Amino acid sequence: MPCVADWLNNPFSIVQDIFAQNVPNSDWEKKVTEYFKEKLKENNATNWVPSLNDVPVHYLKPNSLVKFRCMVQDMFDPEFYMGVYETVDPNTNARVLHFGKYRDVAECGPQQEIDLNSSQTVTSERQTFYCVPVPGESAWVKEAYISASQARVSPSTSYTPSRHKRSYEEDEDMDLHPSKQKEQHMGSGGDIHGCVEPKRLETEASAGHHLISPNCSPPLDLNFPLPGEKGPACLVKVYESWDSFKVNDVLEVYGILSVDPVLSIVNNEERDSSTLNAVESMDTAEEQRVHSPPASLVPRIHVILAQKLQHINPLLPACLNEEESKTFVSNFMSELSPVRAELLGFLTHALLGDSLAAEYLILHLISTVYARRDVLPLGKFTVNLSGCPRNNIFTEHIYRIIQQLVPASYRLQMTIENMNHSRFIPHKDYTANRLVSGVLQLASNTSLVVDETQLEQGQLDTKGVHNVTALGNLITWQKVDYDFNYHQMEFPCNINVLITSEGRSLLPSDCQVHLQPQLIPPNMEEYMSSLLTAVLPSVLNKFRIYLSLLRLLDYSISEEVTKAVEEDFVEMRKNDPESVTADDLHRTLLVARFLSLSVGQTTLSRERWLRAKQLEALRKARLQQQKCVNGNEL
Amino acid sequence: MSSPASTPSRRRGSKRGRGSNPSTPQAARSPPSQKRRTDDSTSTGELQPMPTSPPADLQSPGGPDALFSSPPQFQHSAIPLDFDISSPLTYGTPSSRVEGTPRSGVRGTPVRQRPDLGSVRKARQVDLHSDGPAEDIASDQSLGQKLVIWGTDVNVASCKEKFQRFLQRFIDPVRKEDEDIGLDLSEPRYMQRLEEINMIGEPFLNVNCDHLRSFDENLYRQLICYPQEVIPTFDMAANEIFFDRYPDSILEHQIQVRPYNALKTTNMRNLNPEDIDQLITISGMVIRSSQLIPEMQEAFFKCQVCAFTTRVEIDRGRIAEPSVCKNCNTVHSMVLIHNRSMFSDKQMVKLQESPEDMPAGQTPHTVVLFAHNDLVDKVQPGDRITVTGIYRAVPIRVNPRISSVKSIYNTHIDVIHYRKTDSKRLHGVDEEAEQKIFTEERVAMLKELSKKIDIYDRLSSALAPTIYEHEDIKKGILLQLFGGSRKDFTHTGRGNFRAEINILLCGDPGTSKSQLLQYVYNLVPRGQYTSGRGSSAVGLTAYVMKDPETRQLVLQTGALVLSDNGICCIDEFDKMNESTRSVLHEVMEQQTLSIAKAGIICQLNARTSILAAANPIESQWNPKKTTIENIQLPHTLLSRFDLIFLMLDPRDEAYDRRLARHLISLYYQTEEKIEEEYMDMAVLRDYIAYARSYVNPRLSEEAGQTLIEAYVDMRKIGSGRGMVSAYPRQLESLIRLAEAHAKVRFSEKVETVDVEEAKRLHREALKQSATDPRTGIVDISILTTGMSATARKRREELAQALRKLIQSKGKSPSLKYQQLFDDLRAQSDTAITKEMFEEALRALADDDFLTVTGKTVRLL
Repeated sequence: MPCVADWLNNPFSIVQDIFAQNVPNSDWEKKVTEYFKEKLKENNATNWVPSLNDVPVHYLKPNSLVKFRCMVQDMFDPEFYMGVYETVDPNTNARVLHFGKYRDVAECGPQQEIDLNSSQTVTSERQTFYCVPVPGESAWVKEAYISASQARVSPSTSYTPSRHKRSYEEDEDMDLHPSKQKEQHMGSGGDIHGCVEPKRLETEASAGHHLISPNCSPPLDLNFPLPGEKGPACLVKVYESWDSFKVNDVLEVYGILSVDPVLSIVNNEERDSSTLNAVESMDTAEEQRVHSPPASLVPRIHVILAQKLQHINPLLPACLNEEESKTFVSNFMSELSPVRAELLGFLTHALLGDSLAAEYLILHLISTVYARRDVLPLGKFTVNLSGCPRNNIFTEHIYRIIQQLVPASYRLQMTIENMNHSRFIPHKDYTANRLVSGVLQLASNTSLVVDETQLEQGQLDTKGVHNVTALGNLITWQKVDYDFNYHQMEFPCNINVLITSEGRSLLPSDCQVHLQPQLIPPNMEEYMSSLLTAVLPSVLNKFRIYLSLLRLLDYSISEEVTKAVEEDFVEMRKNDPESVTADDLHRTLLVARFLSLSVGQTTLSRERWLRAKQLEALRKARLQQQKCVNGNEL
Repeated sequence: MSSPASTPSRRRGSKRGRGSNPSTPQAARSPPSQKRRTDDSTSTGELQPMPTSPPADLQSPGGPDALFSSPPQFQHSAIPLDFDISSPLTYGTPSSRVEGTPRSGVRGTPVRQRPDLGSVRKARQVDLHSDGPAEDIASDQSLGQKLVIWGTDVNVASCKEKFQRFLQRFIDPVRKEDEDIGLDLSEPRYMQRLEEINMIGEPFLNVNCDHLRSFDENLYRQLICYPQEVIPTFDMAANEIFFDRYPDSILEHQIQVRPYNALKTTNMRNLNPEDIDQLITISGMVIRSSQLIPEMQEAFFKCQVCAFTTRVEIDRGRIAEPSVCKNCNTVHSMVLIHNRSMFSDKQMVKLQESPEDMPAGQTPHTVVLFAHNDLVDKVQPGDRITVTGIYRAVPIRVNPRISSVKSIYNTHIDVIHYRKTDSKRLHGVDEEAEQKIFTEERVAMLKELSKKIDIYDRLSSALAPTIYEHEDIKKGILLQLFGGSRKDFTHTGRGNFRAEINILLCGDPGTSKSQLLQYVYNLVPRGQYTSGRGSSAVGLTAYVMKDPETRQLVLQTGALVLSDNGICCIDEFDKMNESTRSVLHEVMEQQTLSIAKAGIICQLNARTSILAAANPIESQWNPKKTTIENIQLPHTLLSRFDLIFLMLDPRDEAYDRRLARHLISLYYQTEEKIEEEYMDMAVLRDYIAYARSYVNPRLSEEAGQTLIEAYVDMRKIGSGRGMVSAYPRQLESLIRLAEAHAKVRFSEKVETVDVEEAKRLHREALKQSATDPRTGIVDISILTTGMSATARKRREELAQALRKLIQSKGKSPSLKYQQLFDDLRAQSDTAITKEMFEEALRALADDDFLTVTGKTVRLL
């Protein structure tokens, strides 16, 4: 039996064994997946697998097993590859069968040739996804994953991301793979630009990850949805059931890392050679760059196991349906109400003592689109927090607090400049044949905080208008129309939008809460930053679990309560037909839903319904009051 | 041996029944080729492989299935008689045979190479070094002289014969296609096509694979599986027939057969390794096309020493330069002469999956096409096309310096036939091109559904189920989705009659108008959604743009043209500015768009139904005002809407109760439950698509009568009050609605029920939108003349006053016009204009109270 290190460090040997044992049958593939599935099920085995999210690519051993938590940003065309191929030694005529699965390059020995015409060759299909780390992932999520990881990254010492260590490790790496390293150096050394080396160090130091640009070509745009994101992008090769994955899905993949430098060399050759074969020239240089970037920059992962993640909160069990996670859930549910009370207190402080706004903020944070009827998304709860102080500090800190609470978030500063110049809607670039990402390409349940207090008067240009429309559509229909140049395509999404503004927002929202500060701290900066430090980490973790968990609960309304609500609605309409509309009922039902869930009840009770109505009444009264204060506001 | 093979081998060995000898097919298929000609003679001595035609494959009856084992020399004598034995062609493949030398009847017509089948010849040749020698064409059967192309079960002779029989005999049983115009249906279809080729001189014969399939299933299968072998055979057959019939015909080159409509594949997503080297048909949208690439077909070499010339065919992009001159034996004396080499045109086209075929949440796939010769530049980016071609996979070139190979293949399609899906949209009526293909089960299911008595209600309740009630509005929209029948009166000078139904929804904000629009937009395949606030006249219609590259003027189409044959949803119709709205006038009645700018004068079809939503001017609907007053739209535009619905917030208890229940259910039902409850959107979509393309109801006699009665009734109502309450436009609306209702039932005849429902709906819509808020009478003139209720009211009062005045004057039978006017002005306390006075007189005249002749008013 191979030892632990073997399946981690050299998965190919295991695949090779299974392949050799089962060869004429095609079920070796299934056995491979099963083997790894078993291995990963063992105690904490998943923690032993190094993750591309925490460890820079160059610290990872090529062809070892890695994991990657990522979002599917784009899907490339399917590839046909040699699933099984045969090599032949021209001298001895000895034939050997190999498998091409999980590889980019068909390997063969120095004295061998690949027989392309062999009858044993099996052509198979795989799909390539372009994956990026989950956009807007909070720092605490990353840290929690890193601390859980027990992976021993480099064969000798434990990995520390400091500069001086690196050369040492690289040397060792070189010893392990002398031939490959040499080739790599040949690739860059043979280049006319002698300046590669210093430049490399520079970029590396700044970007924090391995950047080799063999041709000194302009740095590759890694196509992250949000500006300023870091982390590896990855070409994920999926071998089975790729139909079940969608763009913007969050996945956790386990697979074999491939950073074979040959990949880059082959590309350069093709790009440079003047005797381009017509067949190979069908991709433009641009497309080549995007679809087969240098492996050192965009590594490949050949997926053995891939699963969609319900959430990326490291404090929660990954899958909530399993037995042990059920006990986790029930344990947590028992102490739910103190957590809620504490969270409410915390948020009340954050919102300058406004407990109603804090209540609504909780509801907002646990909202999620749970179903769609025709075009109507159900369960979205966009809150417009109006009446925010006009300085930057308050909204920024509100965002920081939210960032500390949810696994993924982004703060969108709605300035004229930003609206006119940033890329909101992803669009297809046909020359490079890829989907160029935009700010609105976000994974499910990401919190988007739109800061409208930043907005000044000014002229929006065409792009700006499109961006605002897209944002509006996102809020109303929870979908983004990606621009495919000749047509648009609708991608449903599930993004929690919180709008902070002075007056009523120009964007649509489900519910507007006017902030009524109870205290005005003399030094806002100090007040806000002291809030976060005052919370114990363990309490903060409880908040995090609370918010992620409640999203995933089911909910229903009993027949009885339905009747009561019905009566109530009819009654309300009778009293005040002008102001009570179907929209109000919609909203109150939503509030009731999240209110029940926030205390851990999965059915609507009469009290909750009344409480929801009460909250709504309070909120409306405030708006009314606001209207009276500034009479000109509608 | 570093030369790559042309195709990867496939896993289909057993599928084709060749499992017993797995190495043969591949060997035949992917060989390095240059060796073969010279080695041909030497091959005889070596061991033969055993290519067999297993029984399953052998289609010709009576042909016993002998193992092939004869060496090539024997083969020559064994070739069937219809081959020219003396010709060297017999050694080659069918394609090279046709192309190499003209046949007797074909003499004089040059051959055009078919780069679309390009690698055929090479592929046919044999891989000598790996599998031992083999023949390139065929293994012959000792009995019956059956030749089978290597690696396939195609027998050239019988295949040719079958195809000729097909050409000569095939009569299209169902005439469906647009291109059939001018063909005599009782005659063999393709013979007429050949005649056409003779007359027009375009040497391409398009063959519908569907026809071939209905004629000879096996031949069809062969065509699909081995297109590179079978199509040259078809070429040969077609040319033989053609030049037999028209020996004097002069063509540019020999006829090339272009099969299309292969049923094998329709969706790009379904392409998989199994399809490699097969004939496939897929549809999609062109996203990029490359420059023209000249591709060398044949290199011309000349010896610098003795001027001996030779030609070398290109094999997969490589030229095997002869190192020794065959004539003078000088080494390295051959020089490539570019000008005398043969080139063919080639173009790379990227095709993207059409948006309809894509599963939600995934990005579209693309596939590379190579177009050759004539097909170059036939399509532009943005075109929707259906492509028939051969799917290829080529391994990525081996790097000579490294022993490893990238283990993936490049795939592309060699185009054989293009068909633009939307080419007809700019001219003429052509529904066929857009017809969706339905499977038989689906059709049966839809028909079954259509037999249900309550189908109309069922469908309307399936429409936007989240929107509560508003049954009649949904019904109206449903009828709009189906549309009326298209009628052509061009010959009588009236042009096309509009078949599309236009609907305007107006009403309070927050009554889910936008949601309805969104739903419809999502439902119909060619829907456009715009907002009145954001659209300009240009964005709606079309504009002329100068292409930056070609400096060519290009017409860019806007939402209305794009939604031709679809529905254009316009939200916030009232916010649209005047000039934009004026564009709609032409679209909504004539269904065309005229463009005259920058040297382009044209008329585009915009046969689009318009579903518009408007908010009342005072944000809340004022029930005391008329529609016109509430939404402030010109009546010229309003009258072009067949149905105008008011979406008001009804205020009654029962309604509230039902609404509440409905909404609450939204909030706890799970997704699965929701789906069970309603008719699936896909079914609804198919149902509508089917009805739209296949059902074309005509008015029946009694329905006509009912319509006439209805119309007369409507006129009568109005004439009683001195105005016309119905115009021919309303009659047309009624007809359209009735037809649409018949379509809902899949009925070819419009019957009385349909008319009744049309009447009811029309009245319902009228009741809502054309009710005079003061009198409560349905008054169409509100919409058609735009006469405001206040004005009419005043006119009525004035008429009464005038009547009283006249009566007070006693028995005098005639009065002076001016006198009367002055008296009336004196009597009234408000200002009375001459127009008002004349209107009052006319009103009284209509009541048969008086007549006006010249300057005198005469009592009756």
